[in-house]
Amino acid sequence: MSDDIWILGITMTKFGKHPDKDTVDLAAEAAMGALRDGGVTMKEMGILAAGCLMQSNAGIGQQLQKQIGQTGIPVYNVANACATGATALRTAIMAVKSGEVDMGLAVGVEKLAGAGLLGGGGTPKSDKKEWSPSGRYGAVTNTDGRIGAASMPAVFAQVGMEYGHKYGGTSFELFAKIAEKNHAHSTLNPLAAYTKRMTLEEIMNDVMIAYPNTRSMCSANCDGAAAAVVVSDAKLKTLSLEQQRRAIKVKASVLTSDPYEEGCQVLPNVNTLTKNAARIAYEKAGVGPEDLDLVELHDCFATAELVHYDNLGLCEEGGAADFFLSGATWRDGRTPVNVSGGLESKGHPIAATGIANIWEVCHHLRGEAGDRQIEGAKVGLAHVIGLGSACGVHILEKSGL
Amino acid sequence: MGEGFASVLRMANQIPLVEYLELGDQPHLKAHECTSCGARYFDRRNACAGCSGTEFTQVVVPDEGVVKAFSIVTFAAPGVPVPFVSAIVDCGGTSVRGNVINCEPSPEVVHLGMRVRLATYVLGTDDNGVEAIGFGYEPAN
Repeated sequence: MSDDIWILGITMTKFGKHPDKDTVDLAAEAAMGALRDGGVTMKEMGILAAGCLMQSNAGIGQQLQKQIGQTGIPVYNVANACATGATALRTAIMAVKSGEVDMGLAVGVEKLAGAGLLGGGGTPKSDKKEWSPSGRYGAVTNTDGRIGAASMPAVFAQVGMEYGHKYGGTSFELFAKIAEKNHAHSTLNPLAAYTKRMTLEEIMNDVMIAYPNTRSMCSANCDGAAAAVVVSDAKLKTLSLEQQRRAIKVKASVLTSDPYEEGCQVLPNVNTLTKNAARIAYEKAGVGPEDLDLVELHDCFATAELVHYDNLGLCEEGGAADFFLSGATWRDGRTPVNVSGGLESKGHPIAATGIANIWEVCHHLRGEAGDRQIEGAKVGLAHVIGLGSACGVHILEKSGL
Repeated sequence: MGEGFASVLRMANQIPLVEYLELGDQPHLKAHECTSCGARYFDRRNACAGCSGTEFTQVVVPDEGVVKAFSIVTFAAPGVPVPFVSAIVDCGGTSVRGNVINCEPSPEVVHLGMRVRLATYVLGTDDNGVEAIGFGYEPAN
């Protein structure tokens, strides 16, 4: 018996607008889908880990239980920014790995359609106009827009620009070309929120949000959920051959936070914790970047995708621009990246994202991805990052059966 | 009335946007520096995030620096005036977040590696006649 962990069942809902469904409905749809996909029921689950970032004090796990099955199992409601889904999955994996349970369910859900700009802003301090220092910086008024930007599009714009300052080779057009790739990929994904191919010109001429990110270079706020059932190696061996054949091995499940470096509290450093997570994951999995048949990485903005080519070791240090321009990350390239359409077109219902990207990889490894199947895919990597920061990296492998 | 008193009067009618902006004849930013590893913070720390040291000293951040990242923000939360240029400025090894000011907010003007220096401005006056002073970085030529 090994201590391998497997994904037995996994699914995602259609991402987009679901005005007729609340978060519990969406979470239930994903959870029931994952259980059905794995050929199991709530009765066999030993643990539930769930996340809904925008309602992180609402106990989404218990709400979900009341919708699909109150079996009395421990519930872990998790919140870890955009890495919430990956954190839920990793919580279930740790519970199985510890030997406490032999099966667990992880769910991520978000209702975000029409949410608009995330990050930044704030409320005016008082009606009577009197400067009065408050907060840990002793600020007399809101600092967003006065001391740099707090909004996500601007923060991640700066992340991409910082890479350009360090290594060169970046431009507005280069970043826009990354969005062009992801929008092209999305046309093959029926579950993506947006599936419209966009020309480079359309992307560059779209509404500018935070230079160099135009609207179509930003992740799409939308509704959605994703869920996964994980199982121990010993338990899997007691299940049917078909379940064993479709099971996907979790070769590595890693979560990191950002270690201190100069400047990391001024502009979040999304690089080092991703590099650390990737290094640990490759070591655990015994594979390297060259072995990956596909990668789903956290393209919350086009400017972010570029830096993660480097952070995940897909290219030489400093070589992300050339790597992208070589065509390597298009679906017919050497290392297809975000064949789902990525967050820029598939959408980014925050807590669902970190499981949905794993679903995408599993879908290909199982050979079930239809029109967008990456032929012969055996190993894939899924990456998410939440500002604050948290980074999840999972390496997944097709069953040998 | 001596020059010193005039200066005090002026100061009394001004307040910095944030406490780490020190006003006076030569406005500057100050930071808490860890005495063991040199890490700098603009707000308080109980222990250094870098080395766990617990002693800090106050230091002056250099006024000049280089833009190492920026974004020209044209869409922001309600109440935030746009456009503005958000930037990360490398001030002699200390990263500072601030707006690039006193120049056109366009990619033709603002660029990576641009040399800038600290500048202050009045961002508003309250009902008591007190001016709030903000800071940013202007082109240093």
